[in-house]
Amino acid sequence: MTTMATVGKDGLTGAERKEAKHRKTTRRRILTTFVVAILTFVFFAPIINLFSSSLKDPDQAVATGAPIWPARPKSITVGTETYTIYKVPLEDGTVKEFALIKSGRQQSTLADPLDLTKTFVWKGSWRTLENVWEFSFAIGNYGAVWKLINFPQLLFNTIVIAIVGTIGTVLSCTLVAYGFARFRFPGRDRLFQVMVATIFIPGTVTLIPTYILFLNLGWIGTWLPLLVPTFVANAFDVFLMRQYFLTIPREHDEAAQIEGASPMEILRKVIIPQSWPVIVAVTIFHFVYSWNDYFGPLIYLATKPELQPLGVGLNRFSGIYYTRAGYVEAATILTLIIPVILFIAFQRYFVRGVVVTTGLDK
Amino acid sequence: MKLFASSSARREAKWAYAFISPWILGLVVFTAFPIIASLLLTFFSAQLTGDSRNFTFVGLDNWARFFSDEKAWAALGVTLRFMLLSLPVGLFIPLMVAILLNSKALIAPGLFRVLWFLPYVIPFVAGVVAWRGVLGQDGPVNGVLHLLGVENPPFWLNDIGWIYPALVLMGIWGIGSAIIVYLAGLGGVPTELYEAATVDGAGWWSSFRHITLPMITPVIFYNLVLGIAGSLQYFLVPFVVNGGNGTPGGSTLFFNILQYKTFFSYQDPGYGSVLAWVLFIVTLFFSLVLFGTQRRWVYYAGETK
Repeated sequence: MTTMATVGKDGLTGAERKEAKHRKTTRRRILTTFVVAILTFVFFAPIINLFSSSLKDPDQAVATGAPIWPARPKSITVGTETYTIYKVPLEDGTVKEFALIKSGRQQSTLADPLDLTKTFVWKGSWRTLENVWEFSFAIGNYGAVWKLINFPQLLFNTIVIAIVGTIGTVLSCTLVAYGFARFRFPGRDRLFQVMVATIFIPGTVTLIPTYILFLNLGWIGTWLPLLVPTFVANAFDVFLMRQYFLTIPREHDEAAQIEGASPMEILRKVIIPQSWPVIVAVTIFHFVYSWNDYFGPLIYLATKPELQPLGVGLNRFSGIYYTRAGYVEAATILTLIIPVILFIAFQRYFVRGVVVTTGLDK
Repeated sequence: MKLFASSSARREAKWAYAFISPWILGLVVFTAFPIIASLLLTFFSAQLTGDSRNFTFVGLDNWARFFSDEKAWAALGVTLRFMLLSLPVGLFIPLMVAILLNSKALIAPGLFRVLWFLPYVIPFVAGVVAWRGVLGQDGPVNGVLHLLGVENPPFWLNDIGWIYPALVLMGIWGIGSAIIVYLAGLGGVPTELYEAATVDGAGWWSSFRHITLPMITPVIFYNLVLGIAGSLQYFLVPFVVNGGNGTPGGSTLFFNILQYKTFFSYQDPGYGSVLAWVLFIVTLFFSLVLFGTQRRWVYYAGETK
């Protein structure tokens, strides 16, 4: 091809142009990724800060001039004596690090950290001196919090509520979605419309009578108000599952039907084995929803701290220990770590689930 | 009229009702009954303390009380004012992020998508603690503002002028699902349209303005509907941030917080139900207006007129 070697208006050959274009694309890729990476970092700043704070010693939180990363004042220990190291401004204008041997308001005895016998007297108040900070994790916050909030109990409550609720949701929603997706019956379309409409009813409208109902049943202060409703299906997850079931070819059902399979057997042997993605999605959705639910446990378990899950427990804890830096942050990390791990493990299903609910990928 | 054509149709219907029966039960017990009961409750003065249940018919008293209740109107005002601020941010920022994440020039788009969705699964109480940490008086945000030369950075959560921006910032952690929905919308735009536009000499902006934006109007509409419903229901974050006491200066006494307190603190189910219905009516009003405008600006590709 002659055109490849033809010199264009810009005085470049085709090959050079291609090379320049390639360089331009590479530059664009790096620039775009860089911008997105910076934004992502800013987006994650609260969690990075949270994690960093959870590893801080409480002394650091109240100290002036402390760094934002977990650290402790640098010191050296000789025998049984520990000497703190300070930044000391010297007469010649330089600042050097010295160990404080004997503190005084007017003058203090300092020493070279490398050789404590080289002491000298420094004039000035030692209180004006700044600490030297070294990187240090206070893992102890986690251990302390674990015991203080009775973490194993809260964790157990959260897990049981989440697992039972998830079983209820998956069971009931699978049955209902199968009913809507695979059968003809009078009023089906009208009932389905009603179901979708119920998604838009604000929870506040049903809240008070529902609470009174549970009160009359004697269920307040138990897990029942959180668990029983999951066994009667919810519109959102039924919708999600029905949409998925509709994509499974009907011929598979019919083949099984001819062989004499009952509707229940068809559900078990044909529909469910082909629906793992949506079943996993609903499982994860409900599990995380339950893990993060705050309002339900708050109103139904207000008087029973021993039955509360992590979210409510965390808020109660942070109301008591907010002055003790590091504790609340460590408790918070403990609360969020499991949903985050679950999300990372199953993120594909999450993302697909969110998209299905919009009806955009029908 | 014969309801069933044959016995096999009748058998099919029986199976179907059996399968959907859990939902029917739920509909009756947890939706229909509470809705009717809550409407009836608005006409009663009720007492639920201890073992005594006391219901007295009071006619329209609870409703009349609402119309002269300055606190309730103030709470409605707070809710709408906050919506005006949070809604544009909640629509615009996820769209911008989705466009960036959808860029062909981005390296490892999958990783970034996962990261931007991640805070969505973090328990919101944990989110509030995390944000309180960065927005504290001596927190990193004010640290950065100091470095930028701001002499007196705000007391975000205790300053009447800064509490809304702070709450909006906290809300940004929940944009994960909106981003995914936008990404799905952006991915659904046929690439031929962009190719045709490039041939016609259209730049990035005019492609965006004349192709992307009209094609994703259904997604914007979807996020708008959810956004309005969500901001009218706004409750948990201010409830946890300020303990639901409305500080600073009543600026966080959102309508749903007032409703919650009316029932759980002041033990007034009748008036609490009135407030719940007021919010329902307001939500319905906004939804109807929104769906009414839908035909003017939302473009559905497969639509047949």
